[in-house]
Amino acid sequence: MKVQRSKGMRDLLPADMELFRLVENISRECCVKWGYKEVKTPIIEYLYLFTSAGTLTPGMLGKVYSFLDWDGWSGERVVLRPDGTIPVARLYTENMEAGSPARLFYSANIFMFEEEGEKARERWQLGAELIGAASTTADVELVALAMDIIGKLGLQNVELRLSHAGLIKTILETLGLDAGEQSRLFDRILEGDEEALNELDGDSKDYQEMLLPLLNLKGKSSKYLRQQRDDLVKNRTDMAPYIDDFLATIDMLDTLGYKYNVDIASGAGFEYYTGTIFQFYYGEEKIGGGGRYDALISAMGGGDVPAGGFALYLYRVMKLVGSELLPVPEKESVLIRLQPDDTSIATAVFQLAGSLREAGYIAEIDLADRATGGFRWVIELNKDISEYKVRDVKSKKAVDVATPAAVLKILEGNGGD
Amino acid sequence: MVIKLALPKGRLLRKTASLLQKAGWKLDEYHSEMGFYRPRSGKYPDVLIRVFQEKDIPIQIALGNYDIGICGLDWIEELRVKYPTSELVKVLDLRYGRGSLYMAAASPAFRTNGNGLVRIASEYPNLAESFALKQRLDRFSVVSLWGAAEVYPPENADMVLLPAENADKLAEYSMVPIQRQLDYSAFLIANQESMESKKLMQIIDSISSNLPEAPVKTPSEDIVRERSALRISSGKTTAKDKVHLALPDGHQQKPTVEFLRKAGIRVKDYPSATGNRRPEIAIDGVSVKVIRPQDMPLQVANGNFDLAITGQDWLNEHLGQFPSSPVREIISLGFSRVRLVAVVHRDLSVDDAGGLSRYVSKNGEPLRVASEYVNLADCYARENHLGHYLVIPTWGATEAFLPDDADLLIENTQTGGTIARHNLKIIDTLFVSTACLIGNTAVEPDSRRGKIIKEIINRMKKAAGDA
Repeated sequence: MKVQRSKGMRDLLPADMELFRLVENISRECCVKWGYKEVKTPIIEYLYLFTSAGTLTPGMLGKVYSFLDWDGWSGERVVLRPDGTIPVARLYTENMEAGSPARLFYSANIFMFEEEGEKARERWQLGAELIGAASTTADVELVALAMDIIGKLGLQNVELRLSHAGLIKTILETLGLDAGEQSRLFDRILEGDEEALNELDGDSKDYQEMLLPLLNLKGKSSKYLRQQRDDLVKNRTDMAPYIDDFLATIDMLDTLGYKYNVDIASGAGFEYYTGTIFQFYYGEEKIGGGGRYDALISAMGGGDVPAGGFALYLYRVMKLVGSELLPVPEKESVLIRLQPDDTSIATAVFQLAGSLREAGYIAEIDLADRATGGFRWVIELNKDISEYKVRDVKSKKAVDVATPAAVLKILEGNGGD
Repeated sequence: MVIKLALPKGRLLRKTASLLQKAGWKLDEYHSEMGFYRPRSGKYPDVLIRVFQEKDIPIQIALGNYDIGICGLDWIEELRVKYPTSELVKVLDLRYGRGSLYMAAASPAFRTNGNGLVRIASEYPNLAESFALKQRLDRFSVVSLWGAAEVYPPENADMVLLPAENADKLAEYSMVPIQRQLDYSAFLIANQESMESKKLMQIIDSISSNLPEAPVKTPSEDIVRERSALRISSGKTTAKDKVHLALPDGHQQKPTVEFLRKAGIRVKDYPSATGNRRPEIAIDGVSVKVIRPQDMPLQVANGNFDLAITGQDWLNEHLGQFPSSPVREIISLGFSRVRLVAVVHRDLSVDDAGGLSRYVSKNGEPLRVASEYVNLADCYARENHLGHYLVIPTWGATEAFLPDDADLLIENTQTGGTIARHNLKIIDTLFVSTACLIGNTAVEPDSRRGKIIKEIINRMKKAAGDA
């Protein structure tokens, strides 16, 4: 029996890793230019970091990889992190001055059990968190940064979908459900269960007057929302701050020329959102999302610190990025021949390879008489190291020189004929 | 294709046996005095029947080792809540062996130990964890138990998930129900794939047509509290000035009592005819609880008990899982002597650990190790380079696993008699285990408690030395 990787996990082969690093590097470069600093958190965290009310939905908690650590005799469990944002909020709470503004980004793998064999149980995401700022500008900065990265990755026509967690919660409150039902329904909406809202009593006055118009806010209907604002607020004054917050964000996005669709009922999967929720779709596929989570850090004991953030799903983005974006190596590859049993020239081969690498070339020592595909230059040494045969694979020309310095000159285009 | 059936030992045995008798199965060995786990049916001579601990049956069906089986819904759900994609299907409610699983506490407004941690103890750790997640408990711990959950609250657990016939039964334990989690009865279960590929219908029909009349179900009160109604307050519940001693239940009681007598330590009502698990001890400042020896090392590690009389086997099992645990053996007591052994089927041409390692590398299939001692088994497999192996946790009656459902057992044995009777052979001895007194290294020796602990240890040391 051949060994296999664990179910639901994924290997990244050299070609995958080129794309992985490409996406990571472009995202990193963008984040750095926007003033974000990179952080890394551990893969293992305490389970209770995620169970505290208002962090992950029960549906997600039911799928975490939890287990007892080596010193887990108290019965308290640890988990493989099921989310990227919560650990970063924990890192901020634990290590940074409370309330101080922080722009942080990360690249991390997260683990969540998936039943179907095809679905990945390990996923990578690239995230950015803007902590300590609650303004509309902060929300818009996050959207703009995400769109900047998406643009630099060359992805066209990515749809930005907007919703608002505060609005969803207020709508649920108007339905006369008890607290338990409300939070269960909220969880289902967040988990993307589109049936959840259809099961509600469709005849009630509240439903007809409040819920339906909001739920019908699909597509480019910010104008409609603006028109409806006063009517909605007349019935429910507690909805005003959320609508106004949402409208302010929308206005600024309009001014900056971002295109978006409003879809109040669209799920985002995380219970910690309190304000604007934004999601990025490439066709039907969600490639990222984020939102405002003003209550998360205070739930961790970090004080009243507003925050927002987003994450892009690396595996999904990788598939969409064109390979033409892959960087072309500045210097060419060189293959230096060495017969495995020919120990007499091994030292010279290693020295030559070393000096070529110093000069920026990719120098590979051939141990198995491999084909020259992919290499620009092939070098052979004769037995007494008095001669280096340098062959240009492209032009098929060959030159003999006497020293490593002369080899380098040929490669640089200064010594050949 | 041979049909394989798994039948339960324990509480469901009697009624299962009478159901199968009524259905004309003519089973030779399936009765309460049984020491053998391979009954045969006169009616279905081709059906391969094995007898397991009830707890082990759902996993055997889910794995496809057995096609069909009988066990309680409680153990089915304990598996399914953690492994929703398992191949296990419920076929038929057999309507006997009824009971309910209750989440219960010592009082409706139970207290936690001060840091917001809600401690839940249970034989059903998966269901307990699921409860805690659904209730959105901010912070909780789940301590997995072998039994005697009812004696843990309030000092050693804030809540327990435990089986009871009804809520009145909980009152006998001085506990109140927080939530009735599940009503259970015995179920006929089957493997999904076997249902499609094997002819199980004749067996299912023979059982379903002989089911007893369904007794009228007495409506029991529904206690379902929302999270908001869970009153959790914070405060200390474990008396920190007392010394807490754990004594074993089960067959370890007799030699333990004898030993305590020799040490001049009198314990009233132990062993108890009425099932009292809180006997009184004639030493000031000491309180006693009677719990499972398997559960003791962990309970000493987490500070619930200062001293406990358990077996070296269970201490080593604990240290295998938690190498940095503060639990240590203080005195080896010499009684309840067993050998921990590695066991294979007599037909396997392997005579020692080295041979086993060679067998695994030649065989190509992963080696299945079944044991009550999961961590000792794991450690044994690692240290002996058994290559690709898997450990199947069991709850006893492990002999029934060989040779069909496991290749190797890590078992305890007194005389080796049971092992020989099952056509098995011992190929290695891991260690010899006797009863021992264990303690927690974290206790301050100079405190008042430290002095009482020292006094108890001295008395026991003397008695053990006399032995």
